[in-house]
Amino acid sequence: MEKQFVTVDGIPVEINGEKNLLELIRKAGIQIPTFCYHSELSVYGACRMCMVENEWGSLEAACSTPPKAGMKIKTNTEKLRKYRKNILELLLANHCRDCTVCEKNNDCKLQDLARVFHIEGVRFPNNAPEVKKDESSPCIVKDQSKCILCGDCVRMCNEVQNVGAIDFAFRGSKMVISTAFGKPIKDSPCVGCGQCVSVCPTGALVLHSEAEVIWDALHDSSVKTTVQIAPAVRVAIGKELGVKNGKNVMGKIVAALRRMGFDEVYDTTLSADLTVMEETKEFAERLQSGKNLPLITSCCPAWIQYAEKKHPELLDNISSCRSPMQMMASVLKEMNKDVKHFHVAVMPCTAKKFEAAREEFIVDGDKNVDAVLTTKGLIRLIRESGIIFEELEPEAVDMPFSTVSGAGVIFGVTGGVTEAVLRKVSEDKTRSNLLTLANLGQRGSEGIKEFEIPFGERNLKIAVASGLGNAEKVIRRLQAGEQFDFIEIMACPGGCVNGGGQPSANKDINARNVGLYQADKNSVVRRAEENPVIADLYKNVIKDKAHELLHTTYRKR
Amino acid sequence: MENKIDFTVLDQAISEFGTEKKALIAILQRAQEVYRYLPAEIFPYIAEKLDIPEAGIYGVATFYENFSLEKKGKYVIKICDGTACHVRKSTAILDAMRKELGLSESKKTTDDFIFTVETVSCLGACSSAPAIMVNDEIYPTMTPDSAVELLKSIKEKENV
Repeated sequence: MEKQFVTVDGIPVEINGEKNLLELIRKAGIQIPTFCYHSELSVYGACRMCMVENEWGSLEAACSTPPKAGMKIKTNTEKLRKYRKNILELLLANHCRDCTVCEKNNDCKLQDLARVFHIEGVRFPNNAPEVKKDESSPCIVKDQSKCILCGDCVRMCNEVQNVGAIDFAFRGSKMVISTAFGKPIKDSPCVGCGQCVSVCPTGALVLHSEAEVIWDALHDSSVKTTVQIAPAVRVAIGKELGVKNGKNVMGKIVAALRRMGFDEVYDTTLSADLTVMEETKEFAERLQSGKNLPLITSCCPAWIQYAEKKHPELLDNISSCRSPMQMMASVLKEMNKDVKHFHVAVMPCTAKKFEAAREEFIVDGDKNVDAVLTTKGLIRLIRESGIIFEELEPEAVDMPFSTVSGAGVIFGVTGGVTEAVLRKVSEDKTRSNLLTLANLGQRGSEGIKEFEIPFGERNLKIAVASGLGNAEKVIRRLQAGEQFDFIEIMACPGGCVNGGGQPSANKDINARNVGLYQADKNSVVRRAEENPVIADLYKNVIKDKAHELLHTTYRKR
Repeated sequence: MENKIDFTVLDQAISEFGTEKKALIAILQRAQEVYRYLPAEIFPYIAEKLDIPEAGIYGVATFYENFSLEKKGKYVIKICDGTACHVRKSTAILDAMRKELGLSESKKTTDDFIFTVETVSCLGACSSAPAIMVNDEIYPTMTPDSAVELLKSIKEKENV
């Protein structure tokens, strides 16, 4: 077929399957401003920032116009500039303008574009009624006064996550983003995944910060402070701190946390190894009895809450294993019973904040995890400490948990838990079998992955879903009668590497996946059961308390 | 709650209009017709049957002026404030009716849930301006006095 072109600002750009003009224009090296456009969400066309001028002088929204051969468009004309400035000024008119004390200061698209387009004053008074922030959720905070009604959060919550906690309500100038009947977020179907925060261009949706209680504990010399770092954090934090996205900077994180004052620093990968041990045992028992199959993974707290709210009928299928974060925490609290001890978990996740507050994980009024710090939260603390991250020398985590396996580290990527469990389940413990197990189909960022693996006299049918919308699709198939033996579910698309607490990956999730698989390859131990620390832990700390320390229960919410 | 919600109304509407998303507005209209408002209790029920999140239904219910989340009176009186009625002094009719019933801009329904007084932008009855509508019936060329008379006759009928 003959090549087809669109002329963008006088330059011919080839059409190569782009769904809309916007993608094509970006290919031409022109950054069209947008608020409401995200390639993974449906096209909404609300913000009107991406308008372009056609050869007859009329305006079209680039995000919702398919490219046609022979089109001639301009992206930067007097008319367009005036138009965009007007939109920005009107958005700012009703917007809280306390930028300096906003959580999203310097990371806000509205602030950014206002600067880019030289908005030097707003002619209109702010007539928006004063609204209270919704701080009811332990995971996210919603501030309507900073909302520009782009609808990104609504589409993320409904289309990608199938949660539907929020939607547009009311009309015209009274329109707001709201839960049903304006209920507090904690009483809505929200599962705390934080994906709405990831797409919000302004400070209308931000993460719930626990920075102050953490500083208090660090500054109190009578308190022993310990911290654990989840696998996915190490490959996502660097980008904001002068290191490449996807590069494993675990050693630097350990060094930074020690400088901030933590007494002991541990790697959640170790308790991911524990999870592999416990979950595999559970899987084997269920395969033998044939009861409660498929086994569905339990590491992801947003998925757990989703199941508790939407699919209570599946609760018996979900593994009773605590998440790696809670396993690590209960073991550490058990080991530090006699001291004043404050435990922090650094997580790629916002839902972990809810998990830490679950009553199952509070023993005699003491939370096993006292505070959860997201990756973004840790970046803030590191900056606040004045630590120059990129210059830090890497350090190792503390004994006795210093050896972790490669199986545990890949928990941070979709398919990782499955692969880790299969390494334990498979009787072939050779190095070459690791390669075989790596290529079953569980790797990659697709939303739903399925494969079968021979086991005894039959095949095990396995599904891996990431993104709750994808999980829902698998659940519906399950309920329509399809048989599965093992289902891994992660609430965030792509797994924890793309968690709601992570800095935006700007579509480069793959770099983070590569970083984790590389960390696995570089591990001395590749299988959870070969980790000498695990055997030691069972013998000396967990003893006969495996059930009490490592397992939990769920309930309908 | 003074009276329990009768869900058979919804079941009937759902069997009539189906469970596709497009049936939502028709079902809400039926509910509004029967209950005279959209009680909060019906939201989770419809949400489950139609597989639409409650927040989404709330969005639709708050978008359209015709839906009400508050219980309305037995007699919903709509005073037209379109151009034709407005220039023929519909505001005076509104004031008179509010005064007679002790209502205001923010309080639209009487405590005994007999009357609701609200304004609409046009009833499409401009030739009979100023017009008001009581439930589904149009009353043409009203005056403040005739409006109050009308209220009194309804009160008599209702024994209040």
